Amino acid sequence: MVPEESKFTKDHEWVFVEDEIATIGISDYATGELGDIVYVELPEVDTEVQQLDPIGTIEAVKTVAELFSPVSGTIVEINDAIMEDPETVNSSPFGDGWFIKIRMDDPGELDALFSYTEYQEFLGEQAE
Amino acid sequence: MAQKTPIYDSHVELGGRIVDFAGFMMPVSFEGIVAEHERVRQKVGFFDVSHMGEIEITGSEAVQFADRAVSNNVGKLQPGQICYTVCCNEQGKILDDLLVYKFSDERILFVVNAVNADKIFNHLTEIREGDVEVTNLSESTGQIAIQGPASRELILNSDFCGPVCDRLKELEYYRFITFEYQGEEILLSRTGYTGELGYEIYLPSGMTLDIWKRLLEDGAGLGAAPIGLGARDTLRFEPCYCLYGHELSEETSPLEAGLSWVVKLKKGDFVGRDVLVREKEEKPARKLIGLELKERGIPRQGCAVLHEGEEVGTVTSGTFSPTLGKPLAMALVKRSVPKDATGLAIDIRGRVVPAEKVKMPFYESHVND
Repeated sequence: MVPEESKFTKDHEWVFVEDEIATIGISDYATGELGDIVYVELPEVDTEVQQLDPIGTIEAVKTVAELFSPVSGTIVEINDAIMEDPETVNSSPFGDGWFIKIRMDDPGELDALFSYTEYQEFLGEQAE
Repeated sequence: MAQKTPIYDSHVELGGRIVDFAGFMMPVSFEGIVAEHERVRQKVGFFDVSHMGEIEITGSEAVQFADRAVSNNVGKLQPGQICYTVCCNEQGKILDDLLVYKFSDERILFVVNAVNADKIFNHLTEIREGDVEVTNLSESTGQIAIQGPASRELILNSDFCGPVCDRLKELEYYRFITFEYQGEEILLSRTGYTGELGYEIYLPSGMTLDIWKRLLEDGAGLGAAPIGLGARDTLRFEPCYCLYGHELSEETSPLEAGLSWVVKLKKGDFVGRDVLVREKEEKPARKLIGLELKERGIPRQGCAVLHEGEEVGTVTSGTFSPTLGKPLAMALVKRSVPKDATGLAIDIRGRVVPAEKVKMPFYESHVND
């Protein structure tokens, strides 16, 4: 995936689209906020999800966070590797640390999400 | 507006992630909770614990008054000795857990949790009687904890502690010394909250930052680095040290929380004693147990504990133990849960995960090394 060509949510998920398949992960800002991730729980393949449905749980040493689906569609793949080695999410949030792939019902949903630049501005505002 | 400790600027400079904790802006982590945790278990780490409260009790009846205020036996302490104890209300519930330092028969120091410092000071002022003065020294006192297997070597070789090196070498667990530095009294005790060999230094706020920096520099070769509150929590969790707001609260008695060893019912009267005597006779309603999750997941404070499907208690602390590499929890459960109970589970946000009762402490402490 390419961060600059991805879409972002205010909950710090990223979405990278290739051939109607949306790959979803969390940003490096999110991993920094969470700290050491020790456990990831993901739904089954073929689960149908609506935009903003919870689609996973991320447990860090100190805290827990929910992953919300940025798009509606059907889960076509989950990243088993991060369930085995959750620290991959910390070390490679935009790469091997992806969470889920979803076949989108409505690519138009992406329009409402942040672009990379907008997301950086959003983070800047958060910091103030 | 949250207060800053004397060391705050250094935390920011070193990249600490700052959170509001008990009204103080404190670092929750620096390099990451797990890395910091391992540093303390294997080398040595520095904790800014200046947020802790210090309350001094002076006067000819200081010991008698302290013994009325807390459950452990202050009268039995020798000068230079410390005890861990709780301070209860009339209902025998825990107002705070604290350390009691005995300087002499006329001078006692209570070290209390930041979140409870004002509450305990007001409580002591209310129950004060006899020739006793109660003074809140929290704001004027800084505190540095140096914890880990290399902490003794660090302290003995530092310029700051060098002059009292001989007395420090012999210092036993839960003992303290005082010495003078630039005309001020410094207190150094062999205490801590990590389960490792360690020391805590109490000093005037004004010189805390300078000493922190100097000791940290002295310890660089030994691997010393600052540690945040996140690792402080996982480090205290593994040896099963209680934390106020988790295992301990005004809803909990010390007998329930497994602290009967600090409740000396025979020492004479103290606040809450009558209720505790009765509670001991009738057996406490709940007990603190250790649990290990048998499937993946992390138990957190507030999760319900189930026994054969029935709710029997609540998780008080839970995390993924960095040293043991598994999800563990402490929980307050009904006394009726059998010692060798099977069929236990923890409800993690609606997902019921099987759990097994395990022995506490999860990690054998090295405080006597």
